[in-house]
Amino acid sequence: MLALIIRRLLQSVMVMLTVALIAFIMFRFVGDPIAQMVGQDTPIADREAMREQLGLNDPAPIQFARFVFNVVQGNFGISYQKGVPVDELILSRLPATLELSFVAALFALVVAIPMGIYTGLYPRRWLSNVFLTVSLLGISLPTFLIGILLILFFGVMLGWLPTYGRGEIVDLGAWTTGLLTESGIRSLLMPAFTLGLFQLTLIMRLVRSEMLEVMRTDYIKFARARGLSNRAVHFGHALKNTLVPVITITGLQLGSIIAFSIITETVFQWPGMGLLIVQAIQFVDIPVMSTYLIVIAFFFVIINMIVDILYHVVDPRLRAETGGKGH
Amino acid sequence: MRFKSLLIGAAIAVAVALPGQAKELRFAFQGDLKSLDPYNLNETFTLGFLGNIYEGLTRRSPDLSIEPALAESWSIEEPTRWRFNLRKGVKFQDGTELTADDVLFSADRVRADGSDLKTRLAGVVDVIKVDDHTVDFVTDAPNPILHAEWSTWYIMSKAWAEKNGATKPQAATGNEENYATRHANGTGPFMIETHEVGVRTVAVPNPNWWDKATHNLTKVTFTQIAADPTRVAALLSGEVDMAYPIPLQDQARVDANPGTRVLAGPELRTIFLGMDQFRDELLYSNIKGKNPFKDHRVREAFFRAIDIEAIKAKVMRGNSQPSAMMVAPGVQGGGDPRFTRLGYDPDKSKALLAEAGYADGFEVGMDCPNDRYVNDEQICLAVVSMLAKVGIKVNLNAQPKALYFKKILAPSLDTSFYLLGWTPGSFDSWNVLYNIHGCPDESGKGKFNLGGYCNPKVDELTAKVLSETDADKRAKMVSDAWAMTIEDISHIPLHQQALSWGVSNKVELAQRADNEFHWRHVTIK
Repeated sequence: MLALIIRRLLQSVMVMLTVALIAFIMFRFVGDPIAQMVGQDTPIADREAMREQLGLNDPAPIQFARFVFNVVQGNFGISYQKGVPVDELILSRLPATLELSFVAALFALVVAIPMGIYTGLYPRRWLSNVFLTVSLLGISLPTFLIGILLILFFGVMLGWLPTYGRGEIVDLGAWTTGLLTESGIRSLLMPAFTLGLFQLTLIMRLVRSEMLEVMRTDYIKFARARGLSNRAVHFGHALKNTLVPVITITGLQLGSIIAFSIITETVFQWPGMGLLIVQAIQFVDIPVMSTYLIVIAFFFVIINMIVDILYHVVDPRLRAETGGKGH
Repeated sequence: MRFKSLLIGAAIAVAVALPGQAKELRFAFQGDLKSLDPYNLNETFTLGFLGNIYEGLTRRSPDLSIEPALAESWSIEEPTRWRFNLRKGVKFQDGTELTADDVLFSADRVRADGSDLKTRLAGVVDVIKVDDHTVDFVTDAPNPILHAEWSTWYIMSKAWAEKNGATKPQAATGNEENYATRHANGTGPFMIETHEVGVRTVAVPNPNWWDKATHNLTKVTFTQIAADPTRVAALLSGEVDMAYPIPLQDQARVDANPGTRVLAGPELRTIFLGMDQFRDELLYSNIKGKNPFKDHRVREAFFRAIDIEAIKAKVMRGNSQPSAMMVAPGVQGGGDPRFTRLGYDPDKSKALLAEAGYADGFEVGMDCPNDRYVNDEQICLAVVSMLAKVGIKVNLNAQPKALYFKKILAPSLDTSFYLLGWTPGSFDSWNVLYNIHGCPDESGKGKFNLGGYCNPKVDELTAKVLSETDADKRAKMVSDAWAMTIEDISHIPLHQQALSWGVSNKVELAQRADNEFHWRHVTIK
């Protein structure tokens, strides 16, 4: 297990370096930050000097090397846009995004798995059809539209929920949380629902089809023949075997929830990393963009690692293999 | 630290509040507050916001006329020497008193490396302390509008900056954060209570402000809301009391909502089209070996092909003021009744093109931003279809501002035909004549003259305008300079877009044509 973790961490460094390199090659197509860093009265010569000082005229590999060199020394640079250190900026936005993502993922799992089991066990009941129809909406409506419709309905027309932001947050030192105040939780509801809806649909459909598949297998028939109760068959035998693909998908999706909460955060002005990166792209804030990308790459690697470890927990066959001499 | 400042802020808020009444102004803007350092970025929103915290020697009233602020009065001692008498007893928010040393310090700091506001003191060769409350500014040549932009040249405290190591502005290219980026110490009507970068900024009234406060606010909270529908929703649901800009298509909705209204007013920005007139062959055209825009008839044909009233009615939904000039009526020298737009006349346009040898029209590429001005891309699309009617095929390249400016601005000037907007920071015609109509050269003249229009007579007159101190003579020169550029059709002015602020009905405020929002004019019911 330890070997696996170390191997994965080493891989993560490679992944992050590759992502950063590709990013620097692409930055040249994003535009020029200088026009937005200075006012209209700034002379052309000064603009050119800034471009030179920032190294924007250098070839991408050199910019990349300089970035890596600085990062290794713990210096992520200063945001072009906001004038504050990038690592601090990202760390201050991280809690908002992680809270939103985890609540959204939790919501998706808690709702989707029971719905998936139900529709899988009783595919012909009317409630199953309702679930499936509703879930079609979740998969076919674009996120920004769902977000705006929610804002319109619950925020503007009914006035029940806040339309933007994170509400009151509590500062715990290294972490800020909105989960401890009423306005923070109320602010979280609509963004979390919006972000989780697609995952909910996906997981529900996955559990359903796995469940249908498993219920047809021989060992379920044997289990029934042994006279086990429905409950024991469904949850003890069937569900456990549907979970491996669910864990894989959930893990991968958690990564994309964190990385691509961009749209939800933009619609709800949620002060997380997604909003930060959107603004950074519009501004061509290269230090923020590059740091964000390697942080996200790191998340993906870590999540994949956790998924791998969970496989071992859920699937005893894998345990037996690694317990022996590996592959 | 944060807790402590919160406590202090709360104590002040309690002290200032009318018994039992908290009057909080919550407002949202599309863009972000970049830095609290007032010399960091010459940009309307940031400087306008900081104008609530900091003050200049002068300030602008809601109708944009110059009035005394930190300077009680000023006089022109000699044509090249201006004397400013500082207001006595003004205290910075940290308690230190404003003296001439602070003005001298601010003059050095604003001209230091890393400052984006160096032009505020362009032409000032010496700043002299006469006594503790008198400062002389010596210029290299007479300059009648020396102080035109000083309402956004904010005076900083020397002692505070020295104590916190912020004596120089943060260079955009620097590696370390400057203390002034997240902290402020002005003399203005409000002071920063908390500033979460890019999330929220909270300010409270300054109880020691020198002027009598006419607002009744106890707290001001600013949040950036970038997405248009979210900003409008926040206003409609009453979560913010003021939001701007309101997209044109949402104005009716904001007005129809019982608790909110739209404040629309003319803005000083002029939107115009420019044409490459300096290359011998256009970069983006099917005409080879010559440049059609060098021909006055072609420029006139383009002008006459554009139905500005249709753009106003359809694209801008009535929220624009068609313009004959390259400056808005609110700018010195703007709104001159001497000039009218060339009429919309597609037949004449075709005839002119035929006369110039382009009876079958030609193709030209056009550059346009899609996230910079109000409905910028739609304006360009309208222009494309209008020009199509006279036989000009326009290939439109509309892109985000970061890419657009990189392409069209100097040094690349990679464009044949483009749309741009301009507000002169000094609210004076000279700025526009110099930056947009001057023959481009190394000195910075014609820096935004992307089409390279060049008329030496205009340049000559522009130079005279700069140092003419007699107001009437100067106005005449400005008018004559405009007459020449309009005669030449140096550019095709389109319109001034309208300001579009959404305001809750319990809020009264003063809307300024430069789109700065000053809270000292706000009252809440």
